[in-house]
Amino acid sequence: MGEPGRDTIPAALALREISAGYGDAPAIEAVDAAFPEGTMTAIVGPNGAGKSTLIKTVVGALAPTAGRIEVFGRPLAGARHRLAYVPQRASVDWDFPIRVIDVVLMGLWRELGLFGRVAARHRARAADFLALVGMEEFADRQIGQLSGGQQQRVFLARALAQGADLYLLDEPFAGVDAATEAAIVAVLHRLRAEGRTLVAVHHDLATVAEYFDRVLILNRRPVAEGSVAVAFTNAALAQAYGGRLPGLSAAAATAAE
Amino acid sequence: MTAAGEFLGFTLVPMLIGTLAAVACAVPGVFLLLRREALLGDAISHAVLPGIVVAFLLTGRIATIPMLLGAAGAAVVAVLLIQFLIRAGRVEPGAAMGIVFTAMFAAGVLLLERSDTSGVHLDVEHALMGSLESLVWLEARGWSSLADPAALSGLPAELGRMALAAAAVALLAALAWRALVIATFDAGFAAVLGLPVAAIGLGLTLAAALAAVAAFDAVGSILVIAMFVCPPAAARLMTERLGPMLGWTLGFAVLAAVLGFVLAGYAPLWLGFPAALSAAGMIAVVSGAILGLAALVGPARRRAAA
Amino acid sequence: MIWQALGLGLGYNATLVTLGAAGLGFAAGVTGAFLVLRGRALLGDAIGHATLPGLAAAFLVMVALGLDGRALPGLMLGAAASAALGAWAVDRLARLTRLPEDAAIGAVLSAFFGAGVVLLTVVQALPTGRAAGLESMLLGATAGMLRNEALTIAAGAGVVTLAALALGRSMLWSAFDPAFARAAGLPVAGIDRAVTALAVAVTVIGLKIVGLVLIVALLIIPAAAARFWADRGGWLVAVAGAIGAAAGYVGAAISSTAPALPTGPIVVLVATAGFAVSMLAAPRRGMLARALRRGAEPAPRAAP
Repeated sequence: MGEPGRDTIPAALALREISAGYGDAPAIEAVDAAFPEGTMTAIVGPNGAGKSTLIKTVVGALAPTAGRIEVFGRPLAGARHRLAYVPQRASVDWDFPIRVIDVVLMGLWRELGLFGRVAARHRARAADFLALVGMEEFADRQIGQLSGGQQQRVFLARALAQGADLYLLDEPFAGVDAATEAAIVAVLHRLRAEGRTLVAVHHDLATVAEYFDRVLILNRRPVAEGSVAVAFTNAALAQAYGGRLPGLSAAAATAAE
Repeated sequence: MTAAGEFLGFTLVPMLIGTLAAVACAVPGVFLLLRREALLGDAISHAVLPGIVVAFLLTGRIATIPMLLGAAGAAVVAVLLIQFLIRAGRVEPGAAMGIVFTAMFAAGVLLLERSDTSGVHLDVEHALMGSLESLVWLEARGWSSLADPAALSGLPAELGRMALAAAAVALLAALAWRALVIATFDAGFAAVLGLPVAAIGLGLTLAAALAAVAAFDAVGSILVIAMFVCPPAAARLMTERLGPMLGWTLGFAVLAAVLGFVLAGYAPLWLGFPAALSAAGMIAVVSGAILGLAALVGPARRRAAA
Repeated sequence: MIWQALGLGLGYNATLVTLGAAGLGFAAGVTGAFLVLRGRALLGDAIGHATLPGLAAAFLVMVALGLDGRALPGLMLGAAASAALGAWAVDRLARLTRLPEDAAIGAVLSAFFGAGVVLLTVVQALPTGRAAGLESMLLGATAGMLRNEALTIAAGAGVVTLAALALGRSMLWSAFDPAFARAAGLPVAGIDRAVTALAVAVTVIGLKIVGLVLIVALLIIPAAAARFWADRGGWLVAVAGAIGAAAGYVGAAISSTAPALPTGPIVVLVATAGFAVSMLAAPRRGMLARALRRGAEPAPRAAP
């Protein structure tokens, strides 16, 4: 698994033999993977493969039962400030009296701290991040008034505001229309061009080769890992999906070879 | 005693105490409402009874500090028991609260009945409705009494206590504001940022409990419950933004306290009725009426249309 | 003496109270089960406190009409009316505004109770207003219970129980999956209102025995305890009724053995003891059983 020289490229995120789960049986086992800086990796796999579990373990929402996580060479606890997490659907109180602009301002938490005043320049930057995701007109709306896709874009803007070096996204394109998806991809590629690292759970095999440069195929255990050209193969997908490949993804896998 | 002295001593001082109690409870009430813990005031009001009774039994007399400590202790026990039931017992939060506070209240009543000795007894009614009307400043002769140390020493102790509680609550709210907002709105995000979400929640609960305990003796549990819920709820219906919501909450709390107190004292006179009405009860009614009005005409009263 | 009490051997009044409490406990347990299943456990608190203004108002009205202000049927009517009004207010607040139900419950509870307190001070100021009769409704007062009163309570409990059994299945279905039930044609809103009406009835019946402050305990505790024994809705309702009845019976019996043992609090404490036992010792869902199961499992395998 992996390519020659993997260990010499600095990894933004390194997982060493991670196992984790809820209750009795582990949802993921012995996951060993490295995500180099400046790359955009897709985590794919069938339902129940543990993709969300893996992301939650990385961001510290779930404690691993075994293994280590290294963020830029350091343990997670010391490097939290370098990562940002966009969950599949934020588990927030949608009725909370908070405006879109205030949600994005939360991303500037590290600068503002507990007591800093929110100045005009903070508001301006938050508005800029909203503009990046195309949501600047909605700045003054209460968050519950937006559609699901719009809300996801706002939470992406909040993650951008955090200015992290490592972004973890859980199904960033779930439930959004094609135009929104294109907009989000553009934002993510821009982050990658700035040298940041992105890791996203992705559900659409047909677009893996187009959006991402690396892939981790997961089904409780890692099945394949590496650049799309090398790892995203028919054989690996068949192994992960148990031979139940939808025809489209088979075609995409061929295209990647 | 001059008219000014009468006003100062018999109206302004008790009204001020009621207003401070209202504010001290309404501020934490804002976050309790947003966290769906609006009934915490209800739970604490009932749960403190055994603590007060135990303090009374141990010290043999009705003294403020031991009873405050007993009430605070009971409040802490209640909060911990509720958490235990929810986490370890997997009981649903509403049921957990109901079980703990009714059981503790029942225990308190039982202790009370068994200890009814030597003519000094605690009154369950007093615990429910307080005695705000009686917290007067007899030594007030006129406005000059405000500068007279001898007269000032006769101020009811509840005034200083409530002022302290309200100030402490305001300070805590100012310090913890941003952390509270983030932890309440999006606990997952707060955890990823490294905020101690569970501790923040517990801290809010304990701060609310202490405000309630400080207020009980003066205004009784019914007012405490009303102030935790009604002004913040009415405020929520007036605005979509948190900052203004706090402003509306304070305004409504003060309005209810002042108007309620005035109505309780003077409405009977206007109606030709001999006795004053319960001030705490009237304040609770007014705060409920304000909420009712807000529910009818408040600009932010409707659910967000998704 | 406790065995005499449990065997209903302590005299007429004690027997009345004990049987009445058992009946009340059963009705409350069953009704409470429906409330808890629907996630509306604390509605009983609002309903209980909302009876006070109706009680005081009924007293004033009856006195104004020259009747005995403490006549139980009149008081119960007043209590039921204001409790129903309170339940209606909770419903309107929660459905028409963005406020969550717990806020609606707290608001109605405190505002109505405040109104009741205000009216109580009016009553107390009347020359005829020895409102000892009313204040006893706060915590219950079973000394000197009249036969008529006991029969009223028993009849009421019986009616509530029958209604609950008749509507039981509809209630369970709409509690489990209201969206599905609605789509299937069940009148979910109507069923909710019926459960609320039962809760009002149980509260009013329970005023004399456990009082308005503590009635919510009988609505919640037996149902919460039954959760540990039953996972099927029908069984849960039955077990809740049984625990409630037992708590009422045993509690009332204990309280009749000595003078300074008020019935309401003791019934509640017995129910709580039953809950604690259930939470700890119930097979499969109790805490001990779960801990034993966890300890008996093999540790997670280490990564190869």
